[in-house]
Amino acid sequence: MLPESIAAMTEELAQLGNPSSLHNAGRRARRVVEESREQIAEVFGARASEVIFTSGGTEADNLAVKGMFWARRADDPRRVRVLTTSVEHHAVLDSVHWLAAAEGASPQWLPVDDCGLVHADALRAALADGAHGADGAALVSVMWANNEVGAVQPVVALAAVAHEFGVPFHTDAVQAAAQLPVDFAASGVDAMTVTAHKLGGPVGVGALILGRAVAPVPVLHGGGQERDVRSGTLDAPAIRAFAVAAVMSAQRREAEAVRVAALRDDLVRQVLLAVPDAVLNGPPPGPGRLPGNAHFSFPGCEGDALLLLLDARGIACSTGSACTAGVAEPSHVLLAMGADEARARGSLRFSLGHTTTQADVDALGACIGEAVTRARRAAGSAAR
Amino acid sequence: MSGGVDSATAAARAVDAGHEVTGVHLALSSNPQSYRTGARGCCTLEDARDARRAADVIGIPFYVWDLAERFRQDVVDDFVAEYAAGRTPNPCLRCNEKIKFEAVLDRALALGFDAVCTGHYARIDDDSGALRRAVDPGKDQSYVLAVLTKDQIAHALFPLGDTPKTSVRAEAAERGLLVADKPDSHDVCFIADGDTQGFLARQLGSAPGSIVDADGTVLGAHEGAFGFTVGQRKGLRLDRPAPDGNPRYVLSIEPVSNTVTVGPAAALSVTEITAIRPVWTGCPAPLSPVECSVQLRAHGEVYPGVAWTAGDELVIHLRAPARAVAAGQAAVLYDGDTVLGSATISVAR
Repeated sequence: MLPESIAAMTEELAQLGNPSSLHNAGRRARRVVEESREQIAEVFGARASEVIFTSGGTEADNLAVKGMFWARRADDPRRVRVLTTSVEHHAVLDSVHWLAAAEGASPQWLPVDDCGLVHADALRAALADGAHGADGAALVSVMWANNEVGAVQPVVALAAVAHEFGVPFHTDAVQAAAQLPVDFAASGVDAMTVTAHKLGGPVGVGALILGRAVAPVPVLHGGGQERDVRSGTLDAPAIRAFAVAAVMSAQRREAEAVRVAALRDDLVRQVLLAVPDAVLNGPPPGPGRLPGNAHFSFPGCEGDALLLLLDARGIACSTGSACTAGVAEPSHVLLAMGADEARARGSLRFSLGHTTTQADVDALGACIGEAVTRARRAAGSAAR
Repeated sequence: MSGGVDSATAAARAVDAGHEVTGVHLALSSNPQSYRTGARGCCTLEDARDARRAADVIGIPFYVWDLAERFRQDVVDDFVAEYAAGRTPNPCLRCNEKIKFEAVLDRALALGFDAVCTGHYARIDDDSGALRRAVDPGKDQSYVLAVLTKDQIAHALFPLGDTPKTSVRAEAAERGLLVADKPDSHDVCFIADGDTQGFLARQLGSAPGSIVDADGTVLGAHEGAFGFTVGQRKGLRLDRPAPDGNPRYVLSIEPVSNTVTVGPAAALSVTEITAIRPVWTGCPAPLSPVECSVQLRAHGEVYPGVAWTAGDELVIHLRAPARAVAAGQAAVLYDGDTVLGSATISVAR
């Protein structure tokens, strides 16, 4: 967390008052929430009334995908198609799978290319086709930028295509929000997920930015605190810390993106120098890729062996996701991009952020070669 | 780290001894149960979580290694095949040989580690490097480790061998390990409901055959010879009692004719054993008979005897008869508390 965000949250934790209460302490807390809402709205090019606070990205994605599906189908029972991609975050992916299993939704997985990109033509073709054509479509959901391979999707073009067919468009902008200019109004999307902890704010608070014309059916029922779309006592300390982080992250974003992209480019250079047959996954570095993302396949390695070796040297990286028992699983994103299971299992993501320094990159460059050699030996021992 | 008290305490002791320790939990089932039921199972999600929490308390890194496929091939499939061949395998022994001290050890060595440390109750002699019984006779696990080769033992650490189990539990509680009072594991870990016969029937299908006496007289029927173990008395469902009124026991299982032979207890006595795939870790392969103590099953009785190698086989003569010796189990030879070697029983009479 940014120190300023920690300070704001700490100060607010000591204050009394439920933002929904009518007495003086309640009004004070309400003022903190509403000022934060306005700041967050401004950062993301939205109106304050369009910011619905949630417990984070996962809840916002669930509300958008399930809530918009239910609302659209209630208006027209033919609308059962959900158009999305197989490279989405699990919060969207598993919501769509649940809708298919429990609510009779018919998912349609838009194809991605070998960089992980969705093309607007693919969406147009999908909307024009299928049972009932666009009349059968409930919503489209495509992430703004991919969390694993850093691919920045053509969200503006995709939203425009969806609107040609009169279908609402949701985007998960959790990864994009800290690193790219993300403007809700200019993008034309109808609903957009953001979360505080990717901006240097606390874990446990986020928002669904929701156009005023969009009225999803609630997932959580209760006091109706947030536009009758989301219930639950508002967490004023976390919301204030979210706003502080959002404002600071926006102020620093441009300069920080340049700094982090330069570090990332050097990281890619050093890794490819030490391991010449490593493959950089995702789009080439540039505007099509998140500046803080590097993702490699290391042929002949198990990602979890590499992770263990790098972890022991103080380098934290990620293999993708782990199952409930803690076993590293091959990345669903890489599999969707056409990688085979061995390549997907031999992959690692390195994320750079506001705390990353050149010394961190050099430390990785200094030990990745030996780590790969050892991981290959370990994979050889397993192959018998 | 299985998620139990022994491996957690062993890891903590290894840290105390100055080693750089990394906790590893083995995922041995591709679709684990959520919760433990009683003493069964060793790789539920709850066990993985318990192991992780123990590693947190000890303050060591922790990872889960997925060895489900190796475990299925080397332990589960082998277990089923052995029963199908009329033998009675010991899967724990096989798991130590093929998983913990082969798959895990090989991977660990390749990654730059020096040894695999487990919570087994056994000792390794400081001077000779030979495997020895634990000080706690009730917990001693040298029998299920006796299949290990010298090289495997050279890369093993068993920090609990010198401590009684009750002291290990007390120590775990003192160290703040929450698994201190978790029940001990028993039975076959991959048969969660404990029903080995049912598990085998699902794997091997039903194969009706006859239960006969030594003369070949048919006394009953069975649903698969693999469902029986030498020395078994219960569950035979014979049509009529023995003429002398004494109970009858399974004497042998013949997979080719799918026949189970039963007879009186006296016929279960064994003094001559032949065993295959011998491993020698406490002495060189004995070309002439050596005096030793022989253990024929986990936590089983120990018999005085002599043993020698003949070609690829180990021959054992027991000075006192053993009862109900099943092919497929290990014969482990001891000199006092030191393991001399082991081999898999092929013939007992």
